[in-house]
Amino acid sequence: MGYTLNFAAVWRNFDFLLSGLALSLGLAVISILIGAALGLVVAFALTSKNRFAVVPARVYVTVIRNLPILVLVLFAFFALPQMGLRLDKIKSFVLVLSLYSGAYLAEVFRAGLLSIPRGLTEAGLAIGLTGMQIRSSIIAPLMLRNVLPSLSSTIISLFKDTSLAAAIAVPELTFAARKINVESFRVIETWMVTSALYVVTCFLIAAVMRFVERRLALPR
Amino acid sequence: MAKTILDIKGLRKTYGIHEVLKGVDCAVREGEVISIIGSSGSGKTTLLRCVNMLEEFQGGTISLDGEEIGYRVDGATRRRKSEKEIARQRALTGMAFQQFNLFPHMSAAENVMLGLVKVKKMTKPEARAIAEKWLDRVGLAARTKHYPGQLSGGQQQRVAIARAIAMSPRLMLFDEVTSALDPELVGEVLQVIKGLAADGMTMLLVTHEMRFAYEVSSRVIFMNQGVICEEGDPKEMFVRPKTERLAEFLKTSSFN
Amino acid sequence: MSHTFLEQLWIARYVITYGIGVTVSISLLAIFAGSVLGVFVGLALVYGGVVLRLVVRAYTDIIRGTPVLVLVLASYYVSAAVGLDLGPFSAGVLALAIFCSSHVGEIVRGALQAIPKGQTEAAKAIGLTFTQTFTSVLWPQAMRQCLPAWVNTAAEMVKASTLLSVIGVAELLLRTQEIISRNFMSLQFYFLAGGLYFIVNYGIEHFGKYVERKTALPS
Repeated sequence: MGYTLNFAAVWRNFDFLLSGLALSLGLAVISILIGAALGLVVAFALTSKNRFAVVPARVYVTVIRNLPILVLVLFAFFALPQMGLRLDKIKSFVLVLSLYSGAYLAEVFRAGLLSIPRGLTEAGLAIGLTGMQIRSSIIAPLMLRNVLPSLSSTIISLFKDTSLAAAIAVPELTFAARKINVESFRVIETWMVTSALYVVTCFLIAAVMRFVERRLALPR
Repeated sequence: MAKTILDIKGLRKTYGIHEVLKGVDCAVREGEVISIIGSSGSGKTTLLRCVNMLEEFQGGTISLDGEEIGYRVDGATRRRKSEKEIARQRALTGMAFQQFNLFPHMSAAENVMLGLVKVKKMTKPEARAIAEKWLDRVGLAARTKHYPGQLSGGQQQRVAIARAIAMSPRLMLFDEVTSALDPELVGEVLQVIKGLAADGMTMLLVTHEMRFAYEVSSRVIFMNQGVICEEGDPKEMFVRPKTERLAEFLKTSSFN
Repeated sequence: MSHTFLEQLWIARYVITYGIGVTVSISLLAIFAGSVLGVFVGLALVYGGVVLRLVVRAYTDIIRGTPVLVLVLASYYVSAAVGLDLGPFSAGVLALAIFCSSHVGEIVRGALQAIPKGQTEAAKAIGLTFTQTFTSVLWPQAMRQCLPAWVNTAAEMVKASTLLSVIGVAELLLRTQEIISRNFMSLQFYFLAGGLYFIVNYGIEHFGKYVERKTALPS
């Protein structure tokens, strides 16, 4: 076989990989924040009694969750211009990942909302709070604490989905890796290091989420 | 004669095809302590929950201090008031629930303060002072910073009562507040309620605690199948029930 | 060149059908191989010795911490470099199968560990061996528990098959892109591809619910 491991080419380009990772994280943070805001609204819509809220929310979530994200990424960048919406690569990807995150986070939040006892809403009503006040002061804070575990795995999954941006040549980590791979032919080393970077980052995100969980845990 | 705080006339409620309240009339005067008793399905809890619009009702009127609750009746037409209006009316009554329903992510003081800050628009220091006063009143001055998860059932229910009373309601509603408590914790809650009654708070209680109803209530209402079957002074009613059904009920309940 | 979508669709009918065929074969192969492997992964995590469990856990942690696209690219480039003449289709399916196995392994592990200890104790009490206990008592219960998550993973595999377009496998998405490069009807054909993927995934979801209902224990 005659393939000897030689990491030199990879280390030479390590800061290129790191800047790719930074972009991946940046894309993830922005998209997840937008997605979380969207997902929260959609989750309340999904659990509302008003049919005009439930139906569009359900359609949005069902359609997005059943489509491959690569199709959405390519559609946004290549087909939307035909409808008059021409966005640059990064904005186009962030748009897609935000909408994608919104649908998945909506389901996470919806499960959280369903686990909150109805009595808490009634107690809020009994002291004269409006629906909006109840949702923001009582329901949302409790729901977020409840969903932290599944929120953590969803966030990690969405971070990994930033790799899809490579398909439209956004210079994040996977694209950077591919470039190094093609230029240096050191395939095993490149992909080992790239995978390691992703794995370590996911591990760190999980650790941060566990820390947040501990901090927010209610005293017993 | 004392002022009428709550006036219920011809109250009717259905769940689908099932009529839960079949025309209930009731007047509550200031300072009265009224216990509502009856077996499950009699409509007693539903009656209570209609007063603060946690349940909708389809017929009759409820007036609190002369104000129509929930619906505006204009001769033949009946219109539901706006959410904002109903929220404002709910703040005029206070309710304590069987399951306490304390907000688990807030301390005892914060639970009591929430309504004061958000509904009565008080500043945090003002609200905190009132919260601490009422928590002291229910015997929990040492626990204001504790979270519900750190409190016993009896303590949680006392916080829940403080939360309701701190809003200075015209009328307090108690929905089987001791039914979910371990027997040894029931006493401390009943003590608090007795104290509030002695201070002149107007109260409507749905309860299974017959001895309590006998000792503390100025009036008892016995409900059966959606109507008021018998009502009056407990010291008369419990000893000499006028209806068969009340006699049956008393026999099967814990009172003797 | 004819200018309506339907005319173009008719012209492209074989291309699209071949694309669907390739997508289906990628998905089925990946799901099947991945599930079989995944069961062994799960068993190793539950019943293996300390060393085996550590090795397998490292395997699943690395696989699950890496984006699927990276797995696909790595499989494609590395297999070529080490002399394994796999070609894009096999390399891609291998990557998806490995990805699938890590998910199925977690699902199987979770399902087996969710079965109360009392079940094994009761089986022991009537004298069943471990193999008998596993096949007659534990696995039937675990399988029912796995079903929703496994159906979900199968749907994920269909969606992941699109990633093989990046390494040149002529599945539905790549075929769609080829068609668009000829007739420039991006909107219409992406909508078509999206619609097809949606129908397949939605169908899998409902088929899963149907199977769940059929295999549910009477209550």
